[in-house]
Amino acid sequence: MTCLPAHTDKKLGLVIDLDTCVGCQACVTACKEWNTGGHMAPLTDIDPYGAHVDGVWFNRVHSYEHTTEMGGRTVNFPRSCLHCETPACVTVCPTGASYKRASDGIVLIDESKCIGCKLCSWACPYGAREFDTDVGVMKKCTLCVDRIYNDNLAEEDRVPACVAACPTSARHFGDLDDPASAVSQLVAERGGVDLMPEMGYGPTNKYLPPRAHTQRAASVPAKALEPVRAEGGFLGWVDRMLSN
Amino acid sequence: MHPAFSVVFFTTATGAGYGLLALLGVLGPLGFIAPDFWPGLVGMGLALGLIAAGLLSSTGHLGRPERAWRAFSQWRSSWLSREGVSSVITFIPAGLFGLGWVFLGRTGGWVAIAGLLAAIGATVTVCTTGMIYASLKPIAQWHSRYTLPAYLIFATMTGSVLLNALLQSFGVGSMGVLALSLLATLTGWGWKLATWRYNERLEIPTTANTATGLAGGTVRSLEWPHTEENYLLKEMGFRIARKHSAKLRQITQALAFGLPILLLILVFVAPWPLAIGASVLAVIVQFGGMLVERWLFFAEAKHTVTLYYGR
Repeated sequence: MTCLPAHTDKKLGLVIDLDTCVGCQACVTACKEWNTGGHMAPLTDIDPYGAHVDGVWFNRVHSYEHTTEMGGRTVNFPRSCLHCETPACVTVCPTGASYKRASDGIVLIDESKCIGCKLCSWACPYGAREFDTDVGVMKKCTLCVDRIYNDNLAEEDRVPACVAACPTSARHFGDLDDPASAVSQLVAERGGVDLMPEMGYGPTNKYLPPRAHTQRAASVPAKALEPVRAEGGFLGWVDRMLSN
Repeated sequence: MHPAFSVVFFTTATGAGYGLLALLGVLGPLGFIAPDFWPGLVGMGLALGLIAAGLLSSTGHLGRPERAWRAFSQWRSSWLSREGVSSVITFIPAGLFGLGWVFLGRTGGWVAIAGLLAAIGATVTVCTTGMIYASLKPIAQWHSRYTLPAYLIFATMTGSVLLNALLQSFGVGSMGVLALSLLATLTGWGWKLATWRYNERLEIPTTANTATGLAGGTVRSLEWPHTEENYLLKEMGFRIARKHSAKLRQITQALAFGLPILLLILVFVAPWPLAIGASVLAVIVQFGGMLVERWLFFAEAKHTVTLYYGR
C-alpha cells in the first residue's frame, strides 16, 4: 500500500555531523559493498572501466564551499534517503512497490512490484532514489534493514554500513522518535536541522551544522621572511659564483 | 527534467484523443453532429486510436513494462494509478458510444448516456494526467496552478481542431466547431504565455542553503560525488533545451497557435476544397507544435536535486 501509515512505532534514521565529516567517501564505498549483496542487490555498475562510468549508489558525498561574513569553509555533505515522515515518493507509486514501514518508519521498495516508471524519483526533492537501468527498477537506501535487525551480526555491528565505516564518527544511527535516544540528544544539543524543511516532507534524518568559527586560533599569518642579506667574504664569493 | 519522447508523445496524443472523444460524446448526443457512418467511424477511430497509441507509448519508458498491470492498484494515493484506472474505464462507455453511432446510426437514448459518460471519463483522465505533474512539489514549474488547466485547455484545443478537420473533410463542417477550435487555440496561446510569464517570475524558496542545511551566505558546489553524469543528472539535470528555450518558444508559438489560427481563419472564408486542406494542415501543424511545447514543458522544468550539483 502506498498510503502512508498514520503512526510509526519508531523513527529510525541517521544524524550526520557536517562538522566532522572529512569527505573520505568511506561511507559511500561501505554502503556500496554491503548493499550490492543486500536487500536491494545488485547495485549495478554500467561501463565501470569505460569513459562513461555510471551506476547505482545509495549514498553520495558532495563538497561545498560555504562562505559567510565569518569566512569561508569547505563542507563535506553526505546525501542519502532521509526516510521522510510524509514521503511523496511512496504516495506517487502506482503499483504499491514503494512503502513506508509502520514499525520503524523505513522507506523501502519491493523490487518485484516496481515497473520502473521513475515517478518516485521525480517526487523526491533530495535525489535519494536511483534507477537501475540494467534491472529496470528503482533502488534506494534501505537503512541497512538487513544489518540493523540481523541476529547473525555482533550487536555493535547492527548499524547501517555507512555508520559502521565512518572513521570520524560523523554518522549516527538511532530512533529519532525517542527524545532520550543518543541521536535525539545529539540533535537537540547541536541544533540539528532538516533539509529543505519548506518542502514539508518531514525528513527523519537530521544534519548537524558545522560548529561556529572560533577566534581561538591565530588569524594573523606568520611573519614574512626577511630578504637574504648580501654576504661578504668567502661565502659571499661562493654565492656570487653559484648565482651566475 | 529529461523529456522522454515516449512521455511527450503520450501526453500530446492522448490529449488530442480525449479532447476529440469528449467533444464527440457531448456534441453527438446534443444533435450538433449527425450520426452518420463515416464521420462516426473515422472520428471514434481517430480518438480511440490516438488514446491507445499514447497509452502504449507511455509503457515505452517503463523499466519493466510487463508489470504495467500493477499500476491499477494504488488509485487511493497515486495520480498515475488513477490515470491508468480512469483511462481503461473510459474505454467502456467510449466503445459502446462508438458502436451505437457507427453501427446503429443513433446518438440518442442509451448511446447518448454512453457518450456523456465517455466525455466525463475523458475529462477525468486528462485531469489525472495534469495532476501527476501538478502534484510534484520538487518541480516548481509544474507544481503550480497553471498546470492542470493547461492540460484541459490543450486537450480541448487539439481535440476541437481535429474535430473541425474531420467534419470539414466529410463536408459537414460546422461554424460552431470551427469557432470553438479558433477560440480554444487563442485560449491555449494566452494560457501558455501566462504560464511562461509566471515561471519567469517564480521565486523558489528552496535554495542550495536549505538543501544543505547550511544557513546564511553562499553555498557553492566544489566537487561532485562522481565524475560522470549519473541517473539524477541525466533524468533531472537535463539542460539542452534551456540553452535554446527562446527559439523553441517561438517555434511553439508559431506551430501550436499562430499558424493554426491563420489556417482556421482561412477555413471561414475559403471555398470547399481549400477549407479541407487548411483544416487538416492546422491539425498537423498544431500537433507538431504541441510536441515541441510538451518537450519544453519537461526541459524547462527544474528539479530541486539540481541544487546539490550547483546547476
